[in-house]
Amino acid sequence: MNKEILTMRNIIKSYHMADEEQIILKGVNLKVYDGEFISILGPSGSGKSTMMNIIGCLDTPTSGEYILSDRKIGELDQIELAHIRSKEIGFIFQSFQLLPRLSAIENVELPMIYAGVAPGERIKRAQTMLERVGLENKTKHYPNQLSGGQQQRVAIARALSTNPTILLADEPTGALDQKTGNQVMGLFSELNKEGRTIIMITHDVNVAKTAGRIVRILDGNLYDEVAEND
Amino acid sequence: MIKESIKMSWQNIVHNKMRSFLTTLGIVIGVTAIIALVTIVQGVTGEITSQFSSLGAGKITVQAYGTPLKQGLSDNDLKKLMEMENISGISPTLSMEASVVKNASVEEDVAVEGKNQVYFQNNTDLIVRGRALNKIDMENKNKVGIINQSLEETLFFGEDSVGQTMQINGITYTVVGVLDENAINDVTAMMARSSGEGSDGKVIIPYTAAMSIAGVSNISSFEVLIADTNKTDQVIEDTKLILNQAFNYKENSYNIINMESLLDTMNTMTNMMTAMMAGIASIALLVGGIGIMNMMLVSVTERTTEIGLRKALGAEPKRIQLQFLIESIFLSLLGGTIGVLLGVGISWVVTAALGITFVMSTWAIALGFGFSAAVGIVFGWAPARRASNLNPIDALRSV
Repeated sequence: MNKEILTMRNIIKSYHMADEEQIILKGVNLKVYDGEFISILGPSGSGKSTMMNIIGCLDTPTSGEYILSDRKIGELDQIELAHIRSKEIGFIFQSFQLLPRLSAIENVELPMIYAGVAPGERIKRAQTMLERVGLENKTKHYPNQLSGGQQQRVAIARALSTNPTILLADEPTGALDQKTGNQVMGLFSELNKEGRTIIMITHDVNVAKTAGRIVRILDGNLYDEVAEND
Repeated sequence: MIKESIKMSWQNIVHNKMRSFLTTLGIVIGVTAIIALVTIVQGVTGEITSQFSSLGAGKITVQAYGTPLKQGLSDNDLKKLMEMENISGISPTLSMEASVVKNASVEEDVAVEGKNQVYFQNNTDLIVRGRALNKIDMENKNKVGIINQSLEETLFFGEDSVGQTMQINGITYTVVGVLDENAINDVTAMMARSSGEGSDGKVIIPYTAAMSIAGVSNISSFEVLIADTNKTDQVIEDTKLILNQAFNYKENSYNIINMESLLDTMNTMTNMMTAMMAGIASIALLVGGIGIMNMMLVSVTERTTEIGLRKALGAEPKRIQLQFLIESIFLSLLGGTIGVLLGVGISWVVTAALGITFVMSTWAIALGFGFSAAVGIVFGWAPARRASNLNPIDALRSV
């Protein structure tokens, strides 16, 4: 078995809302190994988004232990979390989240700017990443000149640019038609075959099936065969 | 890192051209006002100062009204004054109006001034032709006079008047020199020129002769020329002592005007005025700053998602803060630059229209730039801080 790169032990996340405590995650356990492609499948309101926020180090758990690449995330401050996100996580969003005033290549360069990659190296890597997702002819295009599928591929190139430990995708096909959605999923499979670890959050069973492993989340509880067998 | 932040800020400003322009307008107006006001006021002040100092540098003017029994200073008093230390001379003045006749031409109401040789020593470029008055003229009450060019024009019809004669109040005087009108720089001459009153003609004769014409035996107006301006106060004290003795310490018997102290007072006043005007203009800057802050707050709200995304992509809070801060500094410096250009332009036009020398005030420009940068930092701080403190989850959720 490959190296464990992500471990969650009894993660609880609760929010105070209108004088009552709402428990969103009720003791989640999860292990992800290097090179895995895993889908977190659940309906809306199940705690999916909270899961993604915690995995993506945008949020910290109320209690429990989250270890990413041998570091305890719960103990880190905002600045350290920013560094972790920069180094470990490549985000892919449902609505692509490209900056409209930047060209495709500039969008891909953005995370590398924050990671402190030198300009020359940055452009070279951005070029390579765009080639990898098949958009070498669109580098100077702006998001509004690209189709949805192309925009999502730019977003994938952006997520890959810092060579992160995990690709974290949140409903990556949610804003795409079935055909382009399938193309994007095909790209995900290829990337996974190249050894990339991918965590995908979705409500769509068919999309989730692309992954090698599916964990279901329902009402704040995670049902994971692998974890349970562990 | 700074370079990218600057680039991103610039893109945002350019993208919102109209809004950026309107936002910077407050700063533009403030800086323009400061620079134009300061430059114009300084120009005017400089002009007045230079005129005043040409009138009164290195001398004090004394009006000796005297007492009912003794209206003015006697020869003896003047002698005492002339013996004071640290002076280069005493220049008495006796002004009157008289009619001047040459052959059949009569010129009424000509300004006749009695002066002594000291007056000419101190104003060497007064004489265009002929000679100045000298000590012998004074002692002998010589009937000689120096006329100005416009009187020469009317009485001698453009002929060279030196050596010819004329009658002042019926007494025959010989013209020994011609005066350059523009070289006369004293308060009365200037006032006469600017008000345009009286005849243009002017004659200067020995003050001793003038006393005879006027039928007076006392001098009530004179200037003390100071040899060493550092000793001005001492000279004033000495003058007071002599005048007090002459008039038996009677109050209000004389008045000493020291141009330098007048000039000092005036400078203090104009400096205060400049500061006050700059202060008023700064209010415009303050309002401009609030405008920038408002725009930046709107911008932060508008770009909540963008901020969230940038954070998700690994931007540290201080990076976000820096970007917004740079943006607001950019905006205000942009306004500052436009303001400086406008301010300099306006003051150039105004000074040209007023006929004043245009002096670019570097400190006003520095002040304009400094102020606008400060406004950018101060009023950009809070919005930038707010942006950097945004929770990336909340920011991304607002999609």
